[in-house]
Amino acid sequence: MSAQGKRLLLNGNHAVSYAVKLAAPRVIPVYPITPQTPILEKITDFLADGEMDAEVMTMESEHSAMAAAITASLAGVRVFTATASQGLLLMHEMLHYASGARAPIVMANVNRTLGSPWGFWPDQTDSLAQRDVGWIQYYCENGQESHDTTLLAFRVAEQAMLPAMVIHEAFYVSHALEAVELVSPEQAASYLPPFAPLHRLDPLIGESWGNTVSQQMFQDHRRDLGEAMEGVAALAKAADRELEALVGRGYGIVEQYRCDGAELVIATMGSMTGTARDAVDELRSEGVAVGLLKVKLFRPFPATDVRELLAGVPKVMVLDRNFAPGTGGFLFQELKSALYGMRGAPPIHGYLAGVGGTSISPAAIKELARGALAEEPSANSVWKG
Amino acid sequence: MSYQIEEQKVFNSGHSACPGCSEALAIRFILNTLGPDTIAVVPPSCIAIISGPQPLSSMRIPVYQSTLESSAASAAGIKRALTAQGNDHTTVVAIAGDGGTYDIGFQSLSSAAERGEDIIYICLDNEGYMNTGSQKSSATPSLAYTTSTPAGKGTPKKNMAEIMAAHDIPYLATATTGYPEDLARKVAKAQRLTGGLRFIVALVPCLDGWGIPDSAGPKVSRLAVESGVFPLYEVENGVNYTLNFGPKDVPVADYTALQKRYRHLTAKDQEFLQKEVDGNWARLAKKF
Ligand SMILES: Cc1ncc(C[n+]2csc(CCOP(=O)(O)OP(=O)(O)O)c2C)c(N)n1
Ligand code: SF4
Ligand SMILES: [Mg+2]
Repeated sequence: MSAQGKRLLLNGNHAVSYAVKLAAPRVIPVYPITPQTPILEKITDFLADGEMDAEVMTMESEHSAMAAAITASLAGVRVFTATASQGLLLMHEMLHYASGARAPIVMANVNRTLGSPWGFWPDQTDSLAQRDVGWIQYYCENGQESHDTTLLAFRVAEQAMLPAMVIHEAFYVSHALEAVELVSPEQAASYLPPFAPLHRLDPLIGESWGNTVSQQMFQDHRRDLGEAMEGVAALAKAADRELEALVGRGYGIVEQYRCDGAELVIATMGSMTGTARDAVDELRSEGVAVGLLKVKLFRPFPATDVRELLAGVPKVMVLDRNFAPGTGGFLFQELKSALYGMRGAPPIHGYLAGVGGTSISPAAIKELARGALAEEPSANSVWKG
Repeated sequence: MSYQIEEQKVFNSGHSACPGCSEALAIRFILNTLGPDTIAVVPPSCIAIISGPQPLSSMRIPVYQSTLESSAASAAGIKRALTAQGNDHTTVVAIAGDGGTYDIGFQSLSSAAERGEDIIYICLDNEGYMNTGSQKSSATPSLAYTTSTPAGKGTPKKNMAEIMAAHDIPYLATATTGYPEDLARKVAKAQRLTGGLRFIVALVPCLDGWGIPDSAGPKVSRLAVESGVFPLYEVENGVNYTLNFGPKDVPVADYTALQKRYRHLTAKDQEFLQKEVDGNWARLAKKF
């Protein structure tokens, strides 16, 4: 084991910035938006202090930021950017373009409500609405996890040649201070090899990208993209194990917490996981057999793992801090489809909790769990506060 | 002008432009002047069609096809990545249509100019969205027919050269395919004057969109200059204006007469166009 990293008091955003410094991307297109801005500000501080060396591009929009990120990546360098909310949505066209171009960009997204009306609150709908754009998506519970996951994401993205998003929520994570143990530069150097893509835009190589293709070529390309995405679960597990071996912290692609003999498993993502963990501990101490399933890797959706972990569980309760009108909570939808057709699949309660950033306490989750144990689930997501 | 075009074989024959297309002619002079140590960015447009469907390419250099509105940002991303790798010799050029420049790509272009991105941006201006079937763009001139302005466009052409001059970029020029040496010389100059965004807007008559015969591109292009519709000039650092080819007392009606997109014009319309062109020239002439 190489030298341990320092322990610093950091907010979740700065925890990401410190990981970006370790990954040393060479091009960083930037555009400000609350509550993401501190990530990029910290990076520009590192650059000003000579602790990092990169081309920073102060773009006029997130759309152009992603456009430049894609071509810089295709020209053969590691690229990072960050965004949130409206900015992520403005990028939508370019998100598809990035995965189509197999550009392994890593981007932090800080979950924030989408207008209209305006709000600044933690809500995962912005990134979940981008679930079909061909990006790997990691959801993080706290700053420590965001720090570690940023390095994980670079590694997995560059192995799969797919772009990756590292996601945490506004304020609850982005601005909350906590002690974060940094990965040390030596550890990072051994963990993340230099980015040296086989194909790139270079007159000496002469390869092009983006030209019109035939129907069959297009289909073949989509299949390749799909296969690369399917391979991500295994790459992500391996990357996680190696990080754990190196720094002593591992997360899995999904995490099971106190699920032994559980009558009910609470499934959630992001900062809600921390709250749910407390609720599970309290319920267990009160004799109620409840466990927790944290979905960390959301794209590709770890359907096989989720099936294994939920096999034989009598009931599931999903907490979604996100909402799609007409279909409800995203994790609820994904879990239902992952479990469909499984023999003895558990019934699932889909609860909308914390949408718009409302506070959900451990006590509230305990209430919900007791209710879920007593009731039959309804087919659709149910509003719970 | 006695500029000798030194063509390097970067752009090949056998591409898929309409026979007689001025846009293809412009690409020939641009790429064969820039040479093989070049990476091109091309957004959706006739230029993209001309560059060829995968796995074919009419261009012997790496070509990145961007989204319609992001050519300047895309070119800048490539240039910055090359810089980060210590490559200070490869030219990065965006070649975009007028729709991709004056309209949807304007925001990205303006910002790249403001940031001083070390790229060349060339707009091949055929005064409309030709790839999608000749719709109006903000480069379409007054009274011209397009499929989205069937009665003739009611507003004048946006003055892109002056807008770019206002960005104080190291170099900008207007050019057109009827003056190939002038076009090639400007491309070579743009390649030399590194250190910021260099912009060239080249008028390229479109056979289909303008309603002109296959052989008429160069003639219509020359008439655009001689009538004062499209004077050829250069601006360095936003202030140093040089006139290359100005009006030669040719009536605007001689220019419009060759184009079906103007066949609905009345005598009054002609008078209106002449006045507009005279006014634009009077305003520009003061700057030389
Ligand atoms: C975002 C987006 N909107 C619309 C289009 C459709 N589109 C493709 S080519 C084109 C015309 C571009 O016109 P111009 O830039 O003038 O190039 P020309 O075809 O005239 O060479 C349009 C509108 C697109 N590709 N992307
Ligand atoms: S439509 Fe016009 S611009 Fe396009 S290839 Fe044909 S002549 Fe050239
Ligand atoms: Mg056009």
